[in-house]
Amino acid sequence: MIQAVMVISTQAKPRLLKFYNFQAPEKHQDLVRSVFQLLSASPDSVSNFVKVDTIFGPGTKMVYKHLATLYFVFVFDSSENELAMLDLVQVFVEILDRCFKNVCELDIVFNFNKLHTILDEMILGGQVIETSSEQVVKYVEEIERLEKQSSTTSFIPKSITERFTR
Amino acid sequence: MEQLRTIGRELAMGSQGGWGQSKEFLDLVKSIGEARSKAEEDRIIARELEHLKRRLADPDVPRRKMKELLLRLVYAEMLGHDASFGHIHAVKMTHDESLPLKRTGYLAVALFLDERHDLVILVVNTIQKDLRSDNYLVVCAALTAACRLIGEEAIPAVLPQVVELLAHPKEAVRKKAVMALHRFYQRSSSSVSHLVSNFRKRLCDNDPGVMGATLCPLYDLILEEPNSYKDLVVSFVNILKQVVERRLPTSYDYHQIPAPFIQIKLLKILAVLGSGDKQASGHMYTVLGDIFRKGDTASNIGNAILYECICCISSIFPNPKMLEAAAETTSKFLKSDSHNLKYMGIDALGRLIKINPDIAEEHQLAVIDCLEDPDDTLKRKTFELLYKMTKSTNVEVIVDRMIEYMINITDHHYKTEIASRCVELAEQFAPSNQWFIQTMNKVFEHAGDLVNIRVAHNLMRLIAEGFGEEDEGADSQLRSSAVDSYLRIVGEPKLPSSFLQIICWVLGEYGTADGKYSASYIIGKLCDVAEAHLTDDTVKAYAISAIFKIFAFEIALGRKIDLLPECQTLVDELSASHSTDLQQRAYELQALLGLDKNAVESVMPADASCEDIEVDRNLSFLNSYVQQALENGASPYIPESERSGVISVGSYRSQEQQETSSHTLRFEAYEMPKPSLPLATSQTSMSTPTTDLVPVTEPGYYKEDHQTSKSQPPGDAVSGEFGVKLRLDGVQKKWGRPTYSSSTPSSLASSQQTTNGASHSDGGGSSSQPRESSYGSKRQQGTEVSAEKQRLAASLFGSAAAKADRKAQASRKTAKDSPSTEKVATTNVTAQPVKEQVIPAAPPPDLLDLGDEPVSSNPPSADPFSQLEGLLGPASAAPVLSGTPATSTSKAPDLMSIFSGDVPTGVASGSTDPTLGDVNSTSSHKGATAVASKKGPSLQDALQKDATARQVGVTPTGNNPNLFKDLLG
Repeated sequence: MIQAVMVISTQAKPRLLKFYNFQAPEKHQDLVRSVFQLLSASPDSVSNFVKVDTIFGPGTKMVYKHLATLYFVFVFDSSENELAMLDLVQVFVEILDRCFKNVCELDIVFNFNKLHTILDEMILGGQVIETSSEQVVKYVEEIERLEKQSSTTSFIPKSITERFTR
Repeated sequence: MEQLRTIGRELAMGSQGGWGQSKEFLDLVKSIGEARSKAEEDRIIARELEHLKRRLADPDVPRRKMKELLLRLVYAEMLGHDASFGHIHAVKMTHDESLPLKRTGYLAVALFLDERHDLVILVVNTIQKDLRSDNYLVVCAALTAACRLIGEEAIPAVLPQVVELLAHPKEAVRKKAVMALHRFYQRSSSSVSHLVSNFRKRLCDNDPGVMGATLCPLYDLILEEPNSYKDLVVSFVNILKQVVERRLPTSYDYHQIPAPFIQIKLLKILAVLGSGDKQASGHMYTVLGDIFRKGDTASNIGNAILYECICCISSIFPNPKMLEAAAETTSKFLKSDSHNLKYMGIDALGRLIKINPDIAEEHQLAVIDCLEDPDDTLKRKTFELLYKMTKSTNVEVIVDRMIEYMINITDHHYKTEIASRCVELAEQFAPSNQWFIQTMNKVFEHAGDLVNIRVAHNLMRLIAEGFGEEDEGADSQLRSSAVDSYLRIVGEPKLPSSFLQIICWVLGEYGTADGKYSASYIIGKLCDVAEAHLTDDTVKAYAISAIFKIFAFEIALGRKIDLLPECQTLVDELSASHSTDLQQRAYELQALLGLDKNAVESVMPADASCEDIEVDRNLSFLNSYVQQALENGASPYIPESERSGVISVGSYRSQEQQETSSHTLRFEAYEMPKPSLPLATSQTSMSTPTTDLVPVTEPGYYKEDHQTSKSQPPGDAVSGEFGVKLRLDGVQKKWGRPTYSSSTPSSLASSQQTTNGASHSDGGGSSSQPRESSYGSKRQQGTEVSAEKQRLAASLFGSAAAKADRKAQASRKTAKDSPSTEKVATTNVTAQPVKEQVIPAAPPPDLLDLGDEPVSSNPPSADPFSQLEGLLGPASAAPVLSGTPATSTSKAPDLMSIFSGDVPTGVASGSTDPTLGDVNSTSSHKGATAVASKKGPSLQDALQKDATARQVGVTPTGNNPNLFKDLLG
């Protein structure tokens, strides 16, 4: 099972945090910090797998990918295949690139809700549910389209709509 | 220039940078990005949170705005700031009609809350309603939230709807419903156990996505009870076959491999189902062979499938052909340049050697390479492999490497792990006692504080017991070598406490045994230890006890000893110590010096640490004494049961009664429960003769005890039982008096009893507990060791010691006639029709099997690396020797058939593809067709975006216009 997906900038700023085993919000920063320490300590030429049992509990591993200014980190337990996880990171990044047309860090900063949408289409409850980037992009685009359709009334203040609905 | 930048920035902000967010959010991100310190950032966010708090509560905020406010809140929380005030707004937003707001609400709720949160109850209702919605996106959002937020109690509320959704026309909904059900199963298997058949049904879903998702819950279910899913083996194999034959829609292709993630999941499932099941495994061989044949070693994901295939093969019923293919692939992994693949190769090798240990031999060099690699992950993985393949023949090399690595790492967690592994392997496979002790010394020297203290006890016990039952000479040689090494080490600074304890104990017990070192020399060393570790009471206790023993041995030998000045200082200091334990030891030492030879011999017999202590609970040795006392008119002891008037009272009470009758000494509380009762009696009556014998009363008891029962073991071994109690006598007299005088024997106020008891147990505790834990229990393994400890000792050490001994002998034997045994082995492997006499001339040395020959010739202390290096040369020839002839004979056709398609055989396979592990380049390579066409024209787009980014000042990387360029070429 996948335990966490993290996107951390090379400046140690979290850009996306998603934990599939609940972690109290207070703990998030500690986790980010310890993961980042591992990431920044590992040189480029080594393998992309790191054991993280001291951070996420026994048997956990993480794969990471360093792309431009971001680290993409997947944390998972022994029931997942490390190489496959590495490719899942790749799938994720490819989807991002298709959704944002040349994705960059700012896209991710400003649209982290979209990232969550994408991830929800790929991973649910820590299990991979969709691995075809085409499918995911299709779903995400449809969601956006439908959201736009239904958001026409959204400029009305909520006090007014509430009065109507009451 | 500065002006230009500002203008640019304003422009960028004006256009909102194209990210669809408001200027406010942009400003926030920007100012956080520009913050120079953490404090400044905190201030900015605190201000932002204040603002959000106000706005969110404001009913006149447009709803579109609300979404953004909430997202900003999520953002602030992600940066580690408390935004709990907004949770309720998130919950409210899930009630909203409009889809974007609802989805944002669900997102925030799923990120903020967990199933135990108070607000979740408000969300459950909404989820329930939304699961019935006509809009499938609403249903999806609700299902996603349900996976996160529905706890055990809430499951029944949504379960019917989720089950209904399993048949929803939209595949996206079905998929999520399957996962939600799975999540419920994980939370509480009992509440959904009647629904697991739904997973089987969904396996036949028309949509491959749903089918793939269903594999996740099925995998979990099969892991739990594989036997009830054996009927699905054929289905799984069929699915896998279809996937491999590209019957799935091409959208599931990834890097030109059909649905790799589904393949991997299926292989995982098959590995579980085929484990130990010959029939089930039989169905799998064909498709596994197919996968190997089609295996794409050029892409990362292709290797992932191959790796999973190896895992599967090593788990199911073994098939030689499959194993061969797996070994072949493993060797490709190991030979690869990519660290990731090497890592997988090492892991795969670890699985394969469980079935066939010989496979490792072929990869000796690769494994050694990985061990020397600077990549820590790889190194650790390799150590794991080595740990699995340790035998008595190679244990020396492996453990030495482990220790060497252990010394150099700082990560405590891993250091502890590797230290305990060293210990484990050394205990299990030690080829010689001497090596074992040296190894343990190293472990203790560098990680003594990290290993379990029991290991130290075991080591002491080993040194005391020796390995062989019959060979007394070897044991004493072992001990003197231990003494030698400890005397060398002891002066070093910063030794861990547990190691010092061992050193002190061994020096005390055996320091003077072989006559090589004088008593005063050893005592001097021990005094140094005690002095250098002023704060460590345990070490000081060990040191003073060791001195005690040396004195005892010297006296017993009739030698004259004089107290060295530093020793005197130490004794004086300890006599005044705050620790009663140390005090006691110091007094004991002083008392000992006054004893004569015979007394000392029975107090502290030489080399008797292993003898069992038989506790004579009836104190039969006192019979004659009691008889005498009775004859002199003492009143006889009446057992509690026969006494009248005292019914069901604590043992202390009865004892007290007994005291009043004897009137010699008065004990009040202190008393331990029943077993101690007869003992106390004896002490009471014994006090007179003891005082006659020795100047110091309390320690004299030792003597008394030992003289009466020669079978008793060394003095301080007894102290755990006897010493402690006797000590208390002295204390008792001082403190117990007032209580005693005020009390009337038969009707003692219960409150007094308790206070008295409490104070006594205090006094008793401080002196007896440290003693028992730090010293007594260690030594008196025979009596005081807990059952658990004994079991551990038996499993770890008793058997290990025996085994090690046996192994040691065995290895020596093999060493002697190694040519013949190895010869047989090689003939098997190579299948060469060579006459047996030919081979002994040049038996191929095994690198990983190093032990055999070098061990017998080299002293164990010799550097294992020189051995290793020496072997590298000839060993490099070994694979050739074992490899080529094999392929050229019977096995060759099989191999060829398996890899006939795409694997270049022989030498060429070593250099398959230089870009093998380079994912980026590979992916760009493979994915070029898909992505590159889109990439080309949008460069301008990218540049523009980057310019904006720089103007806004958030991203600091200027040199890479397209941030994912390295990903996509």
